[in-house]
Amino acid sequence: MGVYILKRFLSMIITLWVITTVTFFLMHAVPGSPFDRDGTKMSEAVLHNLNALYHLDEPIHIQYFSYLTSLVQFDLGPSIFYSPQTVNTMIERAFPVSAQLGFVAIFISIICGIGLGVVAALRHNKAIDYFAMFFAVLGLAVPNFVMATVLIKYVAVEWQLLPPATWGTWKHIILPALALSFGPTAIIARLTRSNMLEVLTQDYIETARAKGLSPFVIVVKHALRNALLPVITLIGALVANVLTGSFVIEKIFAIPGMGKYFVDSINNRDYTVIMGTTVFYSMLLIFMMFVVDVLYGIVDPRIKLHKKEG
Amino acid sequence: MDPLLQLQNVHVTFQTTGGTVQAVRGVDFTLNKGETLAIVGESGCGKSVTARSIMRLIPEHSGKISQGSIKLEGKELLNLTEKQMREIRGSRIAMIFQDAMTALNPTISIGEQIKEGIIRHRKISRSEAKKQAIEMLTLVGISNPERRLKQYLHEFSGGMRQRIMIAIALVCQPSVIVADEPTTALDVTIQAQIIQLFKDIQWKTGVSIIIITHDLGVVAKIADKIAVMYAGKVVESGPVRDIFYRPQHPYTKGLLASMPRLDGDRSIPLTPIPGTPPDLFAPPAGCAFAARCPYALEVCREHQPEETVVDSQHIVACWLQDPRAKQVYPDLAEATGT
Repeated sequence: MGVYILKRFLSMIITLWVITTVTFFLMHAVPGSPFDRDGTKMSEAVLHNLNALYHLDEPIHIQYFSYLTSLVQFDLGPSIFYSPQTVNTMIERAFPVSAQLGFVAIFISIICGIGLGVVAALRHNKAIDYFAMFFAVLGLAVPNFVMATVLIKYVAVEWQLLPPATWGTWKHIILPALALSFGPTAIIARLTRSNMLEVLTQDYIETARAKGLSPFVIVVKHALRNALLPVITLIGALVANVLTGSFVIEKIFAIPGMGKYFVDSINNRDYTVIMGTTVFYSMLLIFMMFVVDVLYGIVDPRIKLHKKEG
Repeated sequence: MDPLLQLQNVHVTFQTTGGTVQAVRGVDFTLNKGETLAIVGESGCGKSVTARSIMRLIPEHSGKISQGSIKLEGKELLNLTEKQMREIRGSRIAMIFQDAMTALNPTISIGEQIKEGIIRHRKISRSEAKKQAIEMLTLVGISNPERRLKQYLHEFSGGMRQRIMIAIALVCQPSVIVADEPTTALDVTIQAQIIQLFKDIQWKTGVSIIIITHDLGVVAKIADKIAVMYAGKVVESGPVRDIFYRPQHPYTKGLLASMPRLDGDRSIPLTPIPGTPPDLFAPPAGCAFAARCPYALEVCREHQPEETVVDSQHIVACWLQDPRAKQVYPDLAEATGT
């Protein structure tokens, strides 16, 4: 296990380095610079000084190596657009907000998705199955920003149950989290349902019935565990997806999370913020994949992590 | 005294998109304490469905036991509610499935799978259950049981897995074990070991066994009685010796003729039974075997054969054996060339 984690850690570092390198050179290949402001024309001298300040006048490979050097020290550099803030402080401030929203959304998706999927599978081809799958198709087809506006219009504006936007109390989390969880709930529900249907036809379910176990024990103990294996893989990817994909929702609800910086930084050619957010999200994604692999080993004893070494 | 298990005129039907399949069309048999009954027949003859009907494990949404009676020690099982039936399953009647590889849960430890049955049915503590699980593994011949309990399915060989299935079935000390092709998925040497294990266990615990198989070799080694099934009916039943040495039904004779013999002349090819079993969506009006039967009479195609008692326990459902049928003397028939 120790060796496995070490190997995984090394491969994580390499993946991260590849992502950093590709992003860095792609970003510099895109035309424009952080100091292109529409309308306002800067004088040659000012532009020259600014470029010098952020070392943008140096050859690209020198810039690349100095970025890597500071990255190794966990220094993501100063923001060019939001100076004098550093990228580190921006992430420190914004990430907890995004994370909170993301995890509430994922939590809702997992509970509702698995619940719906299991119920639909147990009542296969009955009304509740059709309802759940209708809901799931809806969740897949309707983009989350449409859901968000519908929720704001009815729940917040017409019925005045919850605040329509901004961030602060737990009440502010509910609507954006719901809007954000809609799609993932649908995906998880569909996958859970199809896996449950398959698992329920397995011979070991009949063995469990032949032991006289109650339907509840059979579903929870014998079926669900096996049905959830593929769902875990999906959830790992979804967590990263929800955390990174939340910028539209954050924009609609005016939530001061990471998404705003992520989008703005690209519009502004804010090189350090682009790099910082990309590296940060990559780390998150890679870490989630690692968590999924470890969970796999726990749920399915046939998968032995240390055996993967060979 | 009531027999331990008695099936009378059991019918099982399945609703499919193509219509209603009459999988089992009136099966009778009795099983006494300590006896081994073998149900034999070719694929699709309804033997597995019969076995599952004893446990009432017919898939609810498509199949149902449409008529008949299944009595365990005189108590009618078909009248029980599903909840009452769950008290019987695993506790009084246990089941062993064909392929232990798929019939055991791959993600739950073997120990837990053995223990959960007894924890469900008997009021005992987890540590007591563990002790019994260890005892069971020892009984079925798995060494190092304490360590083995914590292991998972993929860490066992094929024969071991079938032993574990047997341990799971035995743990609540049921009166009847229904084994559905318990040796089919195993290779020959392991088959012999498992058959021996069944015999040992029966000798030690006095459990009654219903073994479902199409392997007559297995039957000869283990069974006391045989019920030969064809197209959802028992066509011939009786003690093993009678069925093997004095088969009366042409189907039973065909089955025996298609089995290779060690002492036989190897230059003579095995005799298969020509044709295929009837369509159970619309079973024939007469004897289901008539279309494949070389001795079929007019009456065979039109009327269901009645049961004829050959002697005490040996019963056959064939018009040829009916007292009203014309006597045929095989030697004479051969001599005259008819």
